[in-house]
Amino acid sequence: MKAENISDLDNSPGQNRLNKANKEGILRFLPPLPLFTLQPLLTHIVKSIAKKHPKLFLRLGNSANKTFLINPTNLPFFLILKPDPNNPTLKAHNRRDIIKHDVYIASSFATLLKMIDSKTDSDALFFNREIVVSGDSEAMVALRNALDDMDDSLASDVAASFGPLAPPIRKIFDLVNKA
Amino acid sequence: MSELLYADKPELICPAGTPASLKVAVDAGADAIYCGFVGPTNARNFPGLNFSLEEMAKSVGYAHDKGAKLLCAINSFPSAGRTDIWKEAIDNAVSIGVDAIIIADIGMADYMSQKHSNSRIHLSVQAGASSPEAINFYTDRFDIKRVVLPRILTVAEIKKVHDEISCEIEAFIFGNIGMMAEGRCSLTNYVTGQSTNMDGVCSPANFVHYEEDEDQNLTTRLGEFAIDCIGCGQNAGYPTICKGRYNVSHRKEYYAFEEPISLNLTHLLPDLIKAGVTALKIEGRQRSKSYIRSVVSSFRNAVDGYARGETPDISDLLALTEGHKQTEGAFKSKAWR
Amino acid sequence: MSVKLNIGPNLFNWSPEIWRDFYFKIADEAPIDNVFLGEVICSKRAPLFYPVLAQVVERLEKANKKVIFSTLAEVTSNIDRRLMNKQTADKNILVEANDISALQHLKDTPHRIGSYINVYNEDSLEFFAKNGATSIALNPEMPKSAIKQLNISAKSLGVELEVQIFGRIGLALSARCYHARAYERTKDSCKFICDVDPDGMDLTTMEGQEFLSINGIQTMSYTYLNLVNEIDELLEFGIGNLRISPHSKGTLKAAKTFRLLIDGEIDASEAGARLEEEKINAPFSNGFYHGLAGNEWRV
Repeated sequence: MKAENISDLDNSPGQNRLNKANKEGILRFLPPLPLFTLQPLLTHIVKSIAKKHPKLFLRLGNSANKTFLINPTNLPFFLILKPDPNNPTLKAHNRRDIIKHDVYIASSFATLLKMIDSKTDSDALFFNREIVVSGDSEAMVALRNALDDMDDSLASDVAASFGPLAPPIRKIFDLVNKA
Repeated sequence: MSELLYADKPELICPAGTPASLKVAVDAGADAIYCGFVGPTNARNFPGLNFSLEEMAKSVGYAHDKGAKLLCAINSFPSAGRTDIWKEAIDNAVSIGVDAIIIADIGMADYMSQKHSNSRIHLSVQAGASSPEAINFYTDRFDIKRVVLPRILTVAEIKKVHDEISCEIEAFIFGNIGMMAEGRCSLTNYVTGQSTNMDGVCSPANFVHYEEDEDQNLTTRLGEFAIDCIGCGQNAGYPTICKGRYNVSHRKEYYAFEEPISLNLTHLLPDLIKAGVTALKIEGRQRSKSYIRSVVSSFRNAVDGYARGETPDISDLLALTEGHKQTEGAFKSKAWR
Repeated sequence: MSVKLNIGPNLFNWSPEIWRDFYFKIADEAPIDNVFLGEVICSKRAPLFYPVLAQVVERLEKANKKVIFSTLAEVTSNIDRRLMNKQTADKNILVEANDISALQHLKDTPHRIGSYINVYNEDSLEFFAKNGATSIALNPEMPKSAIKQLNISAKSLGVELEVQIFGRIGLALSARCYHARAYERTKDSCKFICDVDPDGMDLTTMEGQEFLSINGIQTMSYTYLNLVNEIDELLEFGIGNLRISPHSKGTLKAAKTFRLLIDGEIDASEAGARLEEEKINAPFSNGFYHGLAGNEWRV
């Protein structure tokens, strides 16, 4: 499935299947936020990761110029990641938006958190089809390898980047991992 | 339950695709780590994988500080006009103090034995040396200190080999088993134009496509060729040509070469050690940190357990293997062939 | 020095009679220089044609064809090792080594290196030349840039190179027999099932795409290599030997056609048309030579 249009993806088989799965209710840990209040959070995350891990971009190589669409299937938005070393961005989009992308990654939000916490083998999630991927496989593999080369997990870095808020954010990841 | 009758514990040789994985492997108890430089000089040339020279040098320090060794894989075959890159890799690896260089190409073995005669050469599985005659050719000419045996010999055959050679034996005990004779496979090049032997790539990601239809059937493709078509609910895999399903005139949709299963020789460890294997190799430089952590710790426990005369249980490793099935491959019997 | 046109070792499991008659025809009619005989793929097959070997050798030599004996390409079991010993025991015959183990037996004996031993670069070439190789057959996946470069080195070392120009391409070997596997047997219990496929057992993808061809432990291309359009360039490079790999159909026609092309009596276009006439039931490819995917045909 090579969808250019995110609204195609709302009704895609991958989306439907993943929507049915995992009614964990991770959402109860997140206060209901309008999208524009989410954006500063996401910008903060991507900038602090970029600052702490400049080698991530070296590892990405040419794939740093690609656009990654990350679809947390049980949340009311999707994410667009552009790991451009000069201006890395992570943006939340309304599901009606149409964004051209090179790589498509979809799974439940809980699975995405597990993936970036490196406590689960992301390959196993792919084999079990808890993650659905399509698009530029080279960029996908490069991103996966770049993210895996972090001494702590990306999740720990994300949590830490919130300074005093780190403990509750870390707690969310730990709860997800136990699930 | 068998008693082990060896004086020294075998070395546990573990893969690392990134510096982070290397640290994880060392911390989990690896005796040695094998890894390669970014680029075509080794047989795991995947996007975003492997070590820069600086990273490799730092990793040598980290490994040595914790009492582990670092083995540098320079095990692909440079084609005419490109040997400079491989020779530079060899020179660099020697200069940063790696403990051995894993080589497959005879020209590069020759270069190493002439230019770096004090450095240790291990013969890669990519050299395909599966008989005592072949191995002795390499020890005679290049003074190789260790051979990584192709995964195609039974334990009894390994014992015979051991009795007729003078160098150490390293054998695979876990991971993705290559079906084809290593170092002599052009399947990837036939489909993509990039060579496993010359460029170190196998089913390269830039030719891989995953196509899911509305019934959740997934077709995995390499270039234009469909490698597998998986139904809803079945496990996905990476489209490695020799792990695909194909048709012949009298049989449809079967694993013509091999199923996507993992080698797991835990229960044969005592036999392997008795046969003369002194280094146990885990495959998986392209696997994640969490996989490396789990597998290395499990095998650390297993090797230590056997050394104490116990029979360890590692059923937890099954979940980590691609396709969730495991095999003892050729090592158990000739029926594999 | 003029280029030599050679017939490679038959890679398939043909009956001894068919095998013998094939080589009789080559002896009587093929305008070629060297013929390679010997079991390259499976040690179980070797004894099958021993009864007819001597007559074939005699007929070829009487027809002024030079006979070279090719060894096994993959040596694993005791049977393999014993066959390799046998194939390299006679120091009076010229041997083409297809596995490193052969070279332990061929110390101080001039020999040829087959395409199953990896000689990809100048350093390897120099090593094998100094080790006694007089001719080296290149792996068919080598692109022309590397072939050209290697030939320059080869000339300076007094060694000849050989390039396959026709026939299915060997892409991989294995210890496992894929013919046996297709029939749910093992190599030990195969009952020589590979004898039903004189040119390999065709393998398609689940979508029906023609993909590969199975020959026992060997995986081959579905396409037939055909370097008819590249001969002129290979001659310019000064390559010493060109090899046609035998099939049940078209080998003699290929030998005659390529000979006329090499001698300049027909051009590539005419040669190509004659090869097409043979209606081999698979497309041609030349991708590897041009640095493309091996299955491609570049005009």
